[in-house]
Amino acid sequence: MTQSSFKARCVSTSETMTEQAALETKSVTLAYEHNVIAKDLSVNIPHGKFTVIVGPNGCGKSTLLRSLSRLLVPKSGEILLNGENIHSQSTREVAKKLGLLPQSAIAPDGIKVIDLVSRGRFPHQKWFQPWSEADQKAVELAMQATGVIDFAQLNVDQLSGGQRQRVWVAMALAQETSLLLLDEPTTYLDIAHQIELMDLFQDLNRIQGHTLVAVLHDLNHACRYADHLIMIKSGEIIATGSPNDIITETLIEEVFGLSCLILPDPISHTPLIIPRGRASTVTINEMKLKLNPH
Amino acid sequence: MIANSSYSLRTPTRTILGPAFVFTLALALIFFTLFIGHGIGDGIASNLQGIWQLIIGEADKYQSIVVWQWRASRLFAALIIGAALGISGAVFQSLVRNPLGSPDITGFNVGAFTGVLIAIALFGNLYWYSVIGALIGGLGAAVLVYLFAYRDGHSGFRLIIVGIAISATLTAFNQWLSLTVSLETAMTAALWSAGSLNGMTWSRIMPATLLILLLIGLSMLLNTRMKLLEMGDDTAAALGISVNKTRLVLMLVGVSLTAVTTAITGPISFISLAAPQIARRLHPQRHITLFGSALVGALLLTSADFIAQHGWQNTTLPVGLVTISLGGLYLVYLIIREGK
Repeated sequence: MTQSSFKARCVSTSETMTEQAALETKSVTLAYEHNVIAKDLSVNIPHGKFTVIVGPNGCGKSTLLRSLSRLLVPKSGEILLNGENIHSQSTREVAKKLGLLPQSAIAPDGIKVIDLVSRGRFPHQKWFQPWSEADQKAVELAMQATGVIDFAQLNVDQLSGGQRQRVWVAMALAQETSLLLLDEPTTYLDIAHQIELMDLFQDLNRIQGHTLVAVLHDLNHACRYADHLIMIKSGEIIATGSPNDIITETLIEEVFGLSCLILPDPISHTPLIIPRGRASTVTINEMKLKLNPH
Repeated sequence: MIANSSYSLRTPTRTILGPAFVFTLALALIFFTLFIGHGIGDGIASNLQGIWQLIIGEADKYQSIVVWQWRASRLFAALIIGAALGISGAVFQSLVRNPLGSPDITGFNVGAFTGVLIAIALFGNLYWYSVIGALIGGLGAAVLVYLFAYRDGHSGFRLIIVGIAISATLTAFNQWLSLTVSLETAMTAALWSAGSLNGMTWSRIMPATLLILLLIGLSMLLNTRMKLLEMGDDTAAALGISVNKTRLVLMLVGVSLTAVTTAITGPISFISLAAPQIARRLHPQRHITLFGSALVGALLLTSADFIAQHGWQNTTLPVGLVTISLGGLYLVYLIIREGK
C-alpha cells in the first residue's frame, strides 16, 4: 500500500467524523520558541471514542496533546472544543469540559488519596463556596471507578506506582469532564499495571462514555485499545482510522523505520505487531554456525 | 462511608500535641514579656494580685503605661511581623517548591533594605517613604532574580542560586551606599539595618498592621490555588488555574509581606526560612499551612525578641541579630540534611 492511499483514507475518515468531533485542530502550527514542531496540522478527535496518538520519539505527539489540552498556544490556526475556540474560553470553563492527566504531576508530601482526588473539584468551586454534596459524590464515584476507594485515607506516597497512577486518574475523573486527555499514562509501570490501567480506560470509554485521547508508546497497546488511531511522523499525520483498517507492515516501516510482521491478536482480534529485528536475518542455527564454524 | 485504615487512628495525638505545644509556649511568652520585665519598670507586678490589677486596669498609671503602651505594642509588633514573615516564607517555598526558597535567602529583604536606604538618603527618615521604598526595593530585587533566572521557565533551584547572588550584590551595594551618604543618614541606616523591634509604639505598628492583615487575607484567599500549583504547572493548568497570573500575584503578595515588615523593623532573617518548615514538622500530615506558618513565625519572633531583651544583662540586642545567629545554625543543619 502506498502513502497516498493512507492519506486518502485519512481524509475520508476525517470527513465522516467532522460533525461529531469533540476536539479538533484546524491547520495549527505548533512551536516552542522558534523550534517548529508541526505545521498546518489538522486533527479530529471523534466524540465518544478512544483515540490513541502514536509515533516515533520526537514526532510531536506530546506537543499535539499539549495543544489539544490548551497548555500550548498554537502560533497559527485554531483549536476547537465542541466547535468553539478553546483559547476564547476561560481556562476554568475549559477545565469543566476537558480533563488532563499530565506526565509531570507532583503529589504533595504526605497528602491523603481522598484529598488529592478532591482537588479535581477545583474548577467547579467558587470563592467562599463550601464543599458541596455534589463534590463529595463526584469524588466518591471517581474513587470507585478507579478502584482506589479502599485506600482513600492512606497517604499517596504509601501506594505502588500503579495505584498512584489510578489516584491521578481519579483526580481527573472528579473533574467530571466528558473529555479526558492522557499523556503517556502507562510509562514506568510494569506490564500487569499497564494492562490494568488500559482496561480501566476502556471501561471509562465504553461504560461511562468518556471521550479519551491518549499518547502511547506501546504500539500493541494502541492497536488493542484504540477505536481511532492517529499516526504521526515529524509533525505530520501519516494515517488515521481504526487499527484494523490502517495498520500494515508498510505503514510501520514508513513511520517507525521498523521491519515487522503483523498477525491478528488471538485475544482481541486487532493487529499484533511483531518486530523482526535481527532475528529475521539470523536464525539460531546460523548463529551457532557463525560462532562455531566446525 | 469510607473505610478508615489503622493509619488514621494514629494521628490524633500528634494533631493535638503540636498546636497545643505552640499555644502553651506562646501564652507563656506573652505572659513573661508583658509582666516580668527588667530595666525600666523592674519589679512591676511581682505578685499575681499586681498582675490581675494590671489586667483589669486598676494598677497605677506608671505601671499601666509601661505594660500596655510600651511592652504590649512591642509584643504585638513581634506577633504580627513574625506571622507576616512566616506566611511570606510559606508562599515562596511553595512557589519555588524548595525549603530554601525563602525571601531572606533569595535577597528580597536585602532589596527592600536597599529601597529604604535610598528613601532615607533622598527624603530623610520618614515612615511612609521608607515603606514605599522597601516595597519598590523588594519588588525590584524579585524582578531582577526572576529575569536572571529565566531560561525557558523557572526551575526552583536556579531561582535560589540567582537569588543568593543578587542578595550578595545588593548587600555590597547597601554598604557602599552607607559609606557615601551623610554620617547622620548612615547612623540611622546602621541602627535600622540590624533589624530591631525597638520603639514599636502603637502608632508606628498600626498602619503596617493594616497592610499586613490585608496581605495575609489575600494569601489565604489564594491558598487553594497555591496548593494546586505545587502539583506542577501542567496539572494546575489542567484544573483551570491561570498559572502565570496566579504565580505573579502570589509573588507580589509574598514580596510585599517581606517588604512591609522590612520597612518598619529592618531586615529580620530566618523567620521566613524556618517557620514553614517547623510548622510542617508540627503538622500531623506534615503539610505546610499558611496558618501554621503564621503561628510558628509569630512564636519564633516573640521568642527571639524575648532572648534579645532578656538574654544578656544590661544589654538589649537587636532582634535581627538573634534571629540571624539562630538562622545560621538552622541553615547549616538544613544544607547538611538536604545534601544527604
